[in-house]
Amino acid sequence: MLSIKDLHAEVEGKNILKGLNLEIREGEVHAIMGPNGSGKSTLGHVLSGRPGYEITQGSVEFLGKDLLELDTEERAHLGLFLAFQYPVEIPGVSNMEFLKASVDAVRESQGASAYDTVGFMRRAREACTAVDLDQAFLKRGVNEGFSGGEKKRNELMQMMLLEPRLCILDETDSGLDIDALQVVASGVNAMRSESRSFLLVTHYQRLLDYIEPDFVHVLADGRIIRSGDKSLALELEAKGYSWLDDGEVA
Amino acid sequence: MADLLTPQLNAETPAPDWLQARRLAGRAAWESSELPTRKTEAWKYTSLFALQQPFMAARESAESAEELGLELPQLAGSRLVFVNGFWREDLSEIEPDAAIELVRFSEADQSQAALIAQHLGSVVPGNKHPFSALNDAVLADGVFLRILKGSKAARPVQLVWHNSPQVDAAINSQRLLVLAEQHSEATVVEHFSGQGHSFTNGLTELILAAGATLSHSRLHLESAEALHVGGLHAALERDATLNSFHVAFGGKLKRIDIVINHLGQGAHCQLDGMYLLRGQEHVDYHTCIEHAVPHCTTDETFRGIVGDKASAVFNGRIHIHPDAQKTRAELSNKNLLTSATAEVNTKPELEIYADDVQCAHGATVAQLDESMLHYLRTRGIPADEALVLLSYGFINALVEKQRLESLRDYLKPRLADYFGAALAVDSDDAGG
Repeated sequence: MLSIKDLHAEVEGKNILKGLNLEIREGEVHAIMGPNGSGKSTLGHVLSGRPGYEITQGSVEFLGKDLLELDTEERAHLGLFLAFQYPVEIPGVSNMEFLKASVDAVRESQGASAYDTVGFMRRAREACTAVDLDQAFLKRGVNEGFSGGEKKRNELMQMMLLEPRLCILDETDSGLDIDALQVVASGVNAMRSESRSFLLVTHYQRLLDYIEPDFVHVLADGRIIRSGDKSLALELEAKGYSWLDDGEVA
Repeated sequence: MADLLTPQLNAETPAPDWLQARRLAGRAAWESSELPTRKTEAWKYTSLFALQQPFMAARESAESAEELGLELPQLAGSRLVFVNGFWREDLSEIEPDAAIELVRFSEADQSQAALIAQHLGSVVPGNKHPFSALNDAVLADGVFLRILKGSKAARPVQLVWHNSPQVDAAINSQRLLVLAEQHSEATVVEHFSGQGHSFTNGLTELILAAGATLSHSRLHLESAEALHVGGLHAALERDATLNSFHVAFGGKLKRIDIVINHLGQGAHCQLDGMYLLRGQEHVDYHTCIEHAVPHCTTDETFRGIVGDKASAVFNGRIHIHPDAQKTRAELSNKNLLTSATAEVNTKPELEIYADDVQCAHGATVAQLDESMLHYLRTRGIPADEALVLLSYGFINALVEKQRLESLRDYLKPRLADYFGAALAVDSDDAGG
């Protein structure tokens, strides 16, 4: 589904990704772990097409297409979703207006008919309930004045409504208390399917207690330096990231 | 400059003595005043050239609401409708409300006439505003709203001045006097709409006695050809609260002067405004907040979106007098330019003569936020549609601040239409 080969990327002239390789097949859940500054968030930004991130080498193929040639919205139309670490606040545009515009645009691009307003509002309310957010959040400006946890739940709600093929969760667990983490995890688990894949970007192993990954990768200095199954995450948790640094040197 | 006075004098109606005296004084003031030119600082960016054409006296119209294209917010309270400056009983509605007296000057009883004579013009410095003198000179049928001491108006009061298209450019006057007595509370919506290139000279005075609370909106929804020079003057006594909300959709020439006088300690004013311009439209808001006494607060926010070859002027003056210690005043003016040929002249003007005050101001002319744009695009919303949505949001954020739900419901689809935003969802029902 997603094939990243030898990806190099820089921000403001600084190399962040230095030859990253990653293969994600349909239905798989991958976790990328790494210390601060390893390039974890950059990977999400690059895949979403964020301005200011320059690809200097390598390729990314997503569902048979050259992802790097596509505009940000075209990537979303194809089924790529990035849950932001820091979702943006947009005062004046209500969450409901935003969600409808988003879902309409994605469905239109896929040749599906738009939901009628009543039908859509029902779906949005259901998604709201599923992520344990009060219905009032649908009326408020997008993420406007939401707490950290509420923003993350709002990201999850969007993910549920857009039904993407590949969900990238960029440190969705950061700033969440244990209850919110469980809500997010059960939302993700409910969406797992044979045709949908996940890439969980996280600093801590904690999230993986609730969302069990098929593969765990360790990112350091812009490259994946080790891959394994979920036991790798536990080992990291026990020994810390410095354990890998030592291993590299040795 | 054509003589703006003549056509109106020709149409002058008989008047009681108190009104006639005011007319004569206004006429003398108008005739002796110099008209502002662009050499005057306050008119530097606004030319009155568009007024240099012959104007006719406005004519009475009998067209129906549909024929007039009259679309009003459903505010459920009393409504007075004037078309071409003439009261239209058939389009107006009076909802009995023991908290208020709502009369036209021409039908005021003796005690009401006395109150009008006492207060009318009391907060308008005539020498600074020649167009106020013009308004006095031709004063015919103004509106007087009195909110009785200690009373709360049950429903909003709506005042509509609508222009129908006429063969020749017509000239209209509008006048409103609101007297909110001690500890009274009310909501007033002024609505200007219509077609054609009429010139309207409007003047509104709000007098808030101690402890009064007034929510006021002034909607300029006239045509792209409309000319409007208007003023809003308010006086706030001790602990009075004024929320005043201003909306201007374009117009060939609009100049609105807003002057708020904090005269009693503890007075508070929230002043919000928005202007949306395209084509060759021109809007000029000059606001002035006079902090004459201590412990008063002002929150002022104006936002504008200016496109094509349109131009906007915003001049926000906050004047803190030497005695006005413990003043807190904030002023923000943000503008979005959507074309390279659009123009905004924005100037915050702080004059502070007291030393123990909190005062903040900011004025920006900018593009839309890149990170917001990216966020919307990651959700599949195409760039052009995202820009529309963000422009809408930039302005709608001010609409959302307004407490009157029926007014928000009226403005939001109009904003969406204006920006071409496909907002299928009525967000006020969204939480259902």
